[in-house]
Amino acid sequence: MAEEPVLSLADFRVSFPTDDGDVLAVRGVDLDVGPGELVGIVGESGSGKSVTFLGVMGLLPKSAKITGSAKVMGQELVGAKKEVIRSVRGENIAMIFQDPLSALNPVLRIGPQIVEMIQSHRSMSKSAASEHAIELLDLVGIPQPKTRARQYPHEFSGGMRQRVMIAMAIANDPKVLIADEPTTALDVTVQAQILEVIQRIQRELQAAVVFITHDLGVIARVADRVQVMYAGRAVERADIDHLFIKPTHPYTRGLLDSLPALGGERLKPIAGAPPNMLNPPSGCAFRARCTHAAPQCANGDMALVAFNGSETACVRIQELVTEGAL
Amino acid sequence: MLRYILRRMLWLIPTLFVVTFLAFCALRIGTDPLASFLKQNPRASLANIKQYKSVNGLNGTIPEQYFHWLRHFVTGNWGRSIKGSTPVWPDLKHAMANTAVLGLFSSGLGIFFGLSIGIIAALRQYSKFDSVSSTGAFVALSIPPYISAIVLQLIFAVYFTRWFNLDHPFLPTSGIYPPGHHGFDLILRVKYMILPGVVVAIQTLAVYSRYMRASLLEVKNSEYMRTARAKGISERRVIFRHALRNALIPVTTFAALDIGAIIGGLVITENIFGYPGMGVFFLKAFNNGDYPQLMPWLVIVAIALILFNLVADVVYAFLDPRIRLA
Ligand SMILES: Nc1ncnc2c1ncn2[C@@H]1O[C@H](COP(=O)(O)OP(=O)(O)OP(=O)(O)O)[C@@H](O)[C@H]1O
Ligand SMILES: [Mg+2]
Repeated sequence: MAEEPVLSLADFRVSFPTDDGDVLAVRGVDLDVGPGELVGIVGESGSGKSVTFLGVMGLLPKSAKITGSAKVMGQELVGAKKEVIRSVRGENIAMIFQDPLSALNPVLRIGPQIVEMIQSHRSMSKSAASEHAIELLDLVGIPQPKTRARQYPHEFSGGMRQRVMIAMAIANDPKVLIADEPTTALDVTVQAQILEVIQRIQRELQAAVVFITHDLGVIARVADRVQVMYAGRAVERADIDHLFIKPTHPYTRGLLDSLPALGGERLKPIAGAPPNMLNPPSGCAFRARCTHAAPQCANGDMALVAFNGSETACVRIQELVTEGAL
Repeated sequence: MLRYILRRMLWLIPTLFVVTFLAFCALRIGTDPLASFLKQNPRASLANIKQYKSVNGLNGTIPEQYFHWLRHFVTGNWGRSIKGSTPVWPDLKHAMANTAVLGLFSSGLGIFFGLSIGIIAALRQYSKFDSVSSTGAFVALSIPPYISAIVLQLIFAVYFTRWFNLDHPFLPTSGIYPPGHHGFDLILRVKYMILPGVVVAIQTLAVYSRYMRASLLEVKNSEYMRTARAKGISERRVIFRHALRNALIPVTTFAALDIGAIIGGLVITENIFGYPGMGVFFLKAFNNGDYPQLMPWLVIVAIALILFNLVADVVYAFLDPRIRLA
């Protein structure tokens, strides 16, 4: 990555104090996203995907403790003043969510909801902003954008709502778009259309996209690079081709094996459950479920190390590859 | 919308017809107007009785009597009370006005402060303010009005007068003007309304603070609040434009219903404070078996309830675009 990253996480951590102790939801994540790049984030439910990026956006409950570094266009957001965070989000970084119906305000028309996004960062007249909102709706493929801008969220179908969310998110040409499972709530054909819209946004606006999902199939279609998360940490980071052809972590292998194959092969889910984040194990958090676990897996800081063009946190990777176990 | 309102208004007529007929039958079965008449006029002659019966349509079957009453009622001939033989309308009009003044005064106070407290409590959930106001609301709700009325009377009329050595009660406890007073006097009127008003306002305030708090808390946790924050708009704007706009919808509807119920009077409070409103009017008429007074009272209360039900529906549809009136 020659250019400066537009989004850069370093040792990013999030914990939630509870009566039973701190839930360590994110435990030191590093990630650099280059301009216009589409990075996929995968991992099972509870692996900390959403919390990481909600944390970056400053959208977690006040009780959340955030440490480390999260820079958007070089601007540090961890510990930044509220006004600084506010000026960055919606402007340089925007986010869309899984359920586009509940993510839109039910009592406001679509147009004004987009206009609000524009006017909070641009000094633009209301009519100019409305014009721009209609252009945006057109850009994301909403027919009759002028009429649609005057309608309420409940008058849109699920796929159309997600397009509205995207139109709103890209209103100010953000450098980074975070998409948190944007297609999970949609049916397959609509899902494909939304993926196309997101890819077009990425191409035409040169926006970097962080695409969160637990669907490796979706990732395969859109992502340039993938970061696999487990128990609040990254366990593997690889280019999309590397990841599918020669994964470098047993967890990634497990995720790939649990994909339903077209040939009708039965899918093999990973046995066991993720650890309790109140007391995550030391060493490799995956070792309790890993068929290749060995004593040395209990030690070490599990930082990502380069291996065969990928980066992996597996300390046994050399042995496993030699054995042909992955 | 207009058609809907017109249709609902038309429905008012058959509804009132059924309600008044049922009420008329119940009154005829429960009370005997002739007995009431004889109680008030113990030395009435046989000719008197016969005349009374024919003037008031007390001959024939109950349906016949009902239609006699209905004919007179719709032609504005509301007759005279059995006790005292005073014309019904002027008394009823005064009772209505008095109740409306007290009801609007106390509900206005109660709703305004209730909503304010509820909003602050929800915005600062788990704060000291929240726990104090919640406890206060539960205490206020669990004290019945006849207790709070007597306690307030003791404090402000008896003890205050004693402590400050006043020659008359600090606040009056009964009626709407001092005995023998004629004409309108704003200061006196307000002074006489303070204690009954506060008794009612406390209950209203408690209910609305809880309701507002719950409604705002629900909205606060909704996803469109997260979207609004993700836009980078000010927290103030997030609260006013997105949270309150949504949280006030159910509360406003509830308030419309409550205001419709005011006209029925506050039987207990009005009685304790000797406040000549609809509640006292009803109780007296009921004790005297005075159906010429009871029937119009009932019609007015029924109309108010039905109309404000309609108002609540229309307001709801107006505030929430998801509701379509059809
Ligand atoms: N407000 C909170 N308080 C306490 N724990 C929380 C809170 N929010 C999230 N968590 C915990 O943080 C962990 C990570 O959650 P997160 O939502 O990031 O998972 P995810 O990877 O996005 O999963 P999914 O695929 O289900 O969306 C979970 O264990 C969750 O229980
Ligand atoms: Mg998630």
